[in-house]
Amino acid sequence: MKRWLPAWAGAPRLDPVLLVLLLLIIGFGLIVLYSASGQNMAVVNRQAVRLGVGLLVLLVISQVPPRVLRAWTPWLYGLGIAMLLATLVLGVGRGTQRWLDLGLFRFQPSELMKLAVPMMVAWYLHPRVLPPDWKNTGVTLGILLVPTLLIYQQPDLGTSLLVAASGMFTLYLAGLRWRVLFGFAGLAAAAAPVLWLVMKEYQRDRVRTFLNPEADPLGHGWNIIQSKIAVGSGGLTGKGWLNGTQSNLEFIPERHTDFILAVLSEEFGLVGVLLLLLAYVMLIARGLVIANLARDTGSRLLAGALSLTLFVYVLVNGGMVSGILPVVGVPLPLISYGGTSAVTLLAGFGMMMSIYGHRKFIR
Amino acid sequence: MIGYTRHRAIKDKYDEQRLFANRAWTGFAIIVVLMLALSARYMWLQVIAFDRFSTRSESNRVAVRPVVPNRGMIYDRRGRVIAENQPAYRLEIVPENVPGKVPGLEALMDELSTLIPLGEDDRKNFHKARRNYNEFDSVPLKFNLNEREVARFAVNRHRFPGADVVPYLARNYPYGELLTHVLGYTGRLDAEDIASVDAGNYRGTRTIGKIGVEKYREKELHGTSGLERVETNVRGRVLNVLERQDAIPGTDLILSIDVAVQRAAWDALGDRPGAVVAIDPADGSVIALVSKPAYDPNAFVHGISQRAYDAVLQAPGRPLFNRALRGGYEPGSTLKPFVGLAGLELDLVTPQTRVFSNGRFYIQGYDRPYRDWKDTGHGWVDLGAALEQSVNTYFYQLAMDMGIDRMHDYLAQFGFGSVTGIDMPGEGEGLLPSREWKRAVHGEPWYPGETIIAGIGQGFNVVTPLQLSNAVAALVNGGTLYVPRLLYATKPAGFERAKRIKAPVAAQVPVRDPEDWLAVLDGMERVVNGLQGTARIIAGDGRYRVAGKTGTAQVYQLGAGQEYVEEEVAEHLRHHALFVAFAPVEAPRISVAVVVEHGGAGSRAAAPVARATLDAWLAQEIEQEPLQ
Repeated sequence: MKRWLPAWAGAPRLDPVLLVLLLLIIGFGLIVLYSASGQNMAVVNRQAVRLGVGLLVLLVISQVPPRVLRAWTPWLYGLGIAMLLATLVLGVGRGTQRWLDLGLFRFQPSELMKLAVPMMVAWYLHPRVLPPDWKNTGVTLGILLVPTLLIYQQPDLGTSLLVAASGMFTLYLAGLRWRVLFGFAGLAAAAAPVLWLVMKEYQRDRVRTFLNPEADPLGHGWNIIQSKIAVGSGGLTGKGWLNGTQSNLEFIPERHTDFILAVLSEEFGLVGVLLLLLAYVMLIARGLVIANLARDTGSRLLAGALSLTLFVYVLVNGGMVSGILPVVGVPLPLISYGGTSAVTLLAGFGMMMSIYGHRKFIR
Repeated sequence: MIGYTRHRAIKDKYDEQRLFANRAWTGFAIIVVLMLALSARYMWLQVIAFDRFSTRSESNRVAVRPVVPNRGMIYDRRGRVIAENQPAYRLEIVPENVPGKVPGLEALMDELSTLIPLGEDDRKNFHKARRNYNEFDSVPLKFNLNEREVARFAVNRHRFPGADVVPYLARNYPYGELLTHVLGYTGRLDAEDIASVDAGNYRGTRTIGKIGVEKYREKELHGTSGLERVETNVRGRVLNVLERQDAIPGTDLILSIDVAVQRAAWDALGDRPGAVVAIDPADGSVIALVSKPAYDPNAFVHGISQRAYDAVLQAPGRPLFNRALRGGYEPGSTLKPFVGLAGLELDLVTPQTRVFSNGRFYIQGYDRPYRDWKDTGHGWVDLGAALEQSVNTYFYQLAMDMGIDRMHDYLAQFGFGSVTGIDMPGEGEGLLPSREWKRAVHGEPWYPGETIIAGIGQGFNVVTPLQLSNAVAALVNGGTLYVPRLLYATKPAGFERAKRIKAPVAAQVPVRDPEDWLAVLDGMERVVNGLQGTARIIAGDGRYRVAGKTGTAQVYQLGAGQEYVEEEVAEHLRHHALFVAFAPVEAPRISVAVVVEHGGAGSRAAAPVARATLDAWLAQEIEQEPLQ
């Protein structure tokens, strides 16, 4: 029974490395958020509460053995799909149908899928022989494509890409042959023109803007241009906390959510950016170490996939803010303002903690 | 259990772990590479391109705003305020901040009109003005809101993104229509105006002098715009003033107009259309410049509606027409003193030369009689008597002896036939005929009969009231022809003393014999004070002595008024009353020219107006000295 008790009572221990890195990033994030919200303490408090909830979730999940988590996986996945379908009918949100109003709070089911998809793929591959054969690969693709398409039509390109990526990473880590991977990549490239055809107009605009932001500097290009100005004007050491003019004067759009990295870059400069990127890389590295420590296939795949997905967040957001990737709604993990994303991420880290803490109990 | 024989079909934990480790660290290597690439991107933005982005960030942050200078005030000669700036409120819209582009603008204006009545004109002018501004500039929609409108907007302000009520200083003319034809007015700055001024200095200015002194002295009145470097947020709201270079306010102007005299002349004209111009012969300063009817300039300041403008345009008597400045009238007998002086100075007659008037004058070989106004004639008359009784025959004879060319050349010295150069735009030229002029313009030879009637100021002769008054001033001050001036002094901002502006001298008419000039002035004195003077009715109580000359003339319209003449005025052609005067006779302090349209004989309609003007001026002259 002792594994249900806290660490000091002999329960599974939390990984201190992961925990310290997470707390550092979260703390830095709140500091940046204070500035990015226009020194609005209410916003910071709200985000702190959400992160607190997230950390609580992390703590709880870390005490649940991976075996139990795996047992819940199909139910979680099923619930996620059901909620995605529900958003089709009941969804709320500006121009899109991303949120489900659950009375107490609004919930974004697509965020849940960021966890549920890698979990489900890991669940599926766990008992199977790796590398996966054609049949298993096909089933896995099915598992990840259904939610991806459901999310894509909301429309939410960013999240659907992340969900697909998390599933693909699981397959990759499961040892899917390189030539098959490259085959998929080739297919994706070939499908790009098709994708253009099925894209919504606003999504095409984003791509056009990405290709040439100065063509419409006051319209679609505005975000990218102002964000780049903010980043560039930050220089090596930044303008200083609370001194970012691009941010304080509201030239940066979505400055406390998707573009918070622009605020960080403006106020803390290249030094701040590199330190943050380093923290993320260390987080990913630690995640992969934990994955390698895991004793069973499912846990290993899950921990690895979650780590790699974190990288996609960082790359896509960082690329978007600096103008080398199109604007897709991907938040900067643990720093952007927003509840569901933070809680989901921390829940994911909770699973890693669980895998770390239960590495010795696995038979 | 049979399937176990298949190749690699057995789940091999260690093999899988190795495979995973391999994949994981390969993935990590790729991650590190991509992270380095991302870092390189940030390095490029923040280190290599830092200067460029830093500059752009700075120009985002800092906006340069014009500081509008206060327009100079205008005072009359006695220090009365005649044009001032009053605090007012206007409604402005920043199109960029209105959601939904042009339909959004229309919707916003619909919404606004529930609080603040907006006419079609307001909207039209707004859209017209919008083209001259940037999307992020504030464009005026309605001027001069009343207090209720301002309060109503303030309460509902949150409903109207992009719209705001802005305080400003609006021009106000306390004397209204009395001084319209002197001051003109300021109006909304339009595209044409912008082309005519230094656009940089007018960046924040919304109004400009449209006519009159307001236009002529625009440069002095406007002042110099200042600059303000302000920190603004993305919506243009000013958060911080970083640097301020104050505007230099416009110069205060003191005009030589005396409102009391202006008022006296205005009132004396009564309801009849006409003009009065009074000039101080000593310095060429304009004491009164009245054109009646006029209109209220304050209506134009805030942007007059099309309907109101049409009403002014079509009002009887054409109030927009400045008769004093542009009205062309036949001088009639008011020209006789000048013709007489020409005869004396050209040595054609002496003051004692006598001519017999029997009521009819013939040119040899022609049957047509040229008449005196008195059918029986005036008998033997010298120059003095000829002026006193306005004897045409005397001047017929003199004109014939002089010839049109000599008459033209002599009268031209008094400024007839050319603009006086007064400091106001839009002056009329009048017309002083000559043989050469007729050949050039009409392509016809000059006929002797035309010389005869030119001698009594008829025929082709056209003068403006301003010209006439200025010529009389030169006649009574010993031949100094001034460029008449409305601007009497300027008063720069602060505590500096007002600086007197002297009227420039246009020409000096040569004086061959001062006795000649005195003889003419003596004749003019007899017009008022002589037993047979044509203007005896204004001789008055003798506090001071007035001299003058009556005239009766046909109207002759210039330029814009041409078509009007043919349609409307033809029946009244012979009924315009003129009078020129100066006083006191011994040391003239004022010269006056009066025109009363359709006023009949000069003596009855125009002379009392002149007398009232002289009285107003000389009464004050006696009481107090003018400003130095």
